[in-house]
Amino acid sequence: MILKTKLFGHTYEFGSVREVMAKANEEKSGDKLAGIAAESAEERVAAKYVLSNLTLNDLRNNPAVPYEEDEVTRIIQDDVNESIFGEHKNKTVAEFREWLLDIETSGDMIKRASRGITSEIVSGVAKLMSNLDLVYGAKKIEITAHCNTTIGKEGTFSARLQPNNTTDDPKGILASTMEGFSLGCGDAVLGLNPVDDSVESVARILKQFYEFRNKWEIPTQICVLAHVTTQIEAAKKLDAPIELVFQSIAGSQKGNEAFGIDANMIEEARQYALKEGKADGPNVMYFETGQGSELSSEAHNDWDQLTMEARCYGFAKRYNPFLVNTVVGFIGPEYLYDSKQVIRAGLEDHFMGKLTGISMGCDACYTNHMKADQNDIENLATLLVAAGCNYIMGVPQGDDCMLMYQCTGYHEAAALREVFGLRPIEEFDRWLEKMGFSKDGKLTPLAGDASVFLRK
Amino acid sequence: MDTKELRAIIEGVLAEMNLDAAQQTTSEPVGTEATKAVACEITDGCLDDITAIDIKQQYLVKEPYDREGFLELKQFAPCRLGIGKAGARYNTLPQLMFRAAHSAAQDAVFSDVDQNFVDSLGLFTIRSRCENKDIYLTRPDLGRRLNEEAVAAVKEKCEKNPQVQIFVSDGLSSAAVAANTKDVLAGLLQGLKSSGIKVGTPFFLKYGRVGAMDEISEITGADVTCVLIGERPGLITATSMSAYIAYKGTIGMPEARRTVVSNIHSAGTIPAEAGAHIAEIIKTILEKKASGTDLKL
Repeated sequence: MILKTKLFGHTYEFGSVREVMAKANEEKSGDKLAGIAAESAEERVAAKYVLSNLTLNDLRNNPAVPYEEDEVTRIIQDDVNESIFGEHKNKTVAEFREWLLDIETSGDMIKRASRGITSEIVSGVAKLMSNLDLVYGAKKIEITAHCNTTIGKEGTFSARLQPNNTTDDPKGILASTMEGFSLGCGDAVLGLNPVDDSVESVARILKQFYEFRNKWEIPTQICVLAHVTTQIEAAKKLDAPIELVFQSIAGSQKGNEAFGIDANMIEEARQYALKEGKADGPNVMYFETGQGSELSSEAHNDWDQLTMEARCYGFAKRYNPFLVNTVVGFIGPEYLYDSKQVIRAGLEDHFMGKLTGISMGCDACYTNHMKADQNDIENLATLLVAAGCNYIMGVPQGDDCMLMYQCTGYHEAAALREVFGLRPIEEFDRWLEKMGFSKDGKLTPLAGDASVFLRK
Repeated sequence: MDTKELRAIIEGVLAEMNLDAAQQTTSEPVGTEATKAVACEITDGCLDDITAIDIKQQYLVKEPYDREGFLELKQFAPCRLGIGKAGARYNTLPQLMFRAAHSAAQDAVFSDVDQNFVDSLGLFTIRSRCENKDIYLTRPDLGRRLNEEAVAAVKEKCEKNPQVQIFVSDGLSSAAVAANTKDVLAGLLQGLKSSGIKVGTPFFLKYGRVGAMDEISEITGADVTCVLIGERPGLITATSMSAYIAYKGTIGMPEARRTVVSNIHSAGTIPAEAGAHIAEIIKTILEKKASGTDLKL
């Protein structure tokens, strides 16, 4: 393992794999805030070159948090198939990158490799990928999952309907829900971020969603994105209908503790959803992540935010999720400074999720204190569809009045499907046609008229 | 539905109809070269302010199945619903309304508070350890601390050990400071004065984060420290201000020790009323010698 190189005759020496990994990242304000980023553009390239010569074995042997101290590391390492790891472990990161991109390497071959690598390897190879590499590599990997319907099939592109409301008002939520469905949004999930995450409130909204979905026979799944224990409690105590169980997750045990969870809690919730939940399954979990969350809870162990994000996916994979999405621009400019960094991070996260083997989507978004606007987020969404992303979000005109950030709107999934020749999930597509909202994959004049649902 | 609501809906519909009519007249068919020249002449008049449109009354779906029914539901959702479509894209008016709201939010974050305005309030100005807006946005740790000159200025100019130390900071919205400070401060000072509470010397902190109040609390030795600070703008309003209040704050104390009054703006908690409300809370904090979750209000 060599941690030293020359560039333009100048010698760059790194003290550890951790330092190489941090400095090999594309520029991110979060890595600067953590004080671990490359100090110059040249040093960044030097680190990339050193990284490209490390072997997958080197990366596996240097987890971001020691095995003994961290259950996320244990889950990632214990889930590695040793035979498959053996097939790749002596490849350098450069060779592994080229193997992934090779025409002869099929999506199925990559999915087999996914079972034999750790999150540090996933992160390492992403650092050597250009933006188009990230699109090209991810596009090969088709990951499907089944809850009530199957997401991720080739030729499809989906969206979460996110009818958030500043007061969780049932009528307001209904208005947003109706408009979203009328525009072809919601085949991934009908999922709300509650303001009031009490057990009663969560149960009430889940029941409202369940009744609406069943009344109109919409082939999709429902979720209320409260803390995992609240959702299970709502089901146990108040008979709330559980389909997808949601939780925000982090890439270290300490980060998960900041979210008030551990691995046991997630597994218990999953078992409950499989045994008592209303969904067909077998994929009943929904996770959200985002670069920088570990640093914000001081749970990054001095590692870079890309690697910590990759570890979220390694952790998520254990629970066979139906959906995982990075909320890529939500955390603010101290982690992702501007549109360039957000677009890069969105493509990295999607690629890393797919390479990990999970059904990956992206909340392409930004806050108002970030140097980004709606054009940037439409760019990212377009690139993500090109990369084969399973789903994006949909809120009314991209403006989430409750979370006070902007993401993709109800109209975006429909427009992107049309541009790329894609369709919603098959059963949902048929339902849209039955309702008269779409015809042959295109929105009809009726689409967008939410008042159709006011029919008795 | 009462008559007032009905009238509002009718007015909204009429406004849209006028707008449609206006769009039609501007897209009149082409005429001869002579009439074209006339059409290009600049005429008097001013287009309506699109930021004055009430999104709750706006309904752009063509020939909806149940206009009244949906408009009624829409009153419970403060978001951009019933906006119709152009193909699978947005209509022009809502697209520009969105951009206008975002422009206000961005200007609120990225512009500085007018120094003349701060001076006119009789506040002296200090700065955090951030040298500019970029550093402010990317280094929250530096925004929580005062630079050397600021520490010296507070020591020199501020009354020692007051009951209450008040200061104003730009935070993430300079527009919030400009819109609310005068009224909030007046209401707050008046409220404290009538309760016989002694207030120290107020000032303005540039590039400040909420946590800066802890260092200020330590330097001044105030019993209670209160910052009036601009909040991160959303698209509904860019001028929301919050007051964070702490009893004997110290650097590194838990966030849960702060009491917060948020959503202060013209369409939320009215600034002058907010001032009086904050004064009442400070009074209680002084009595109970506790703030944040330690205080049962």
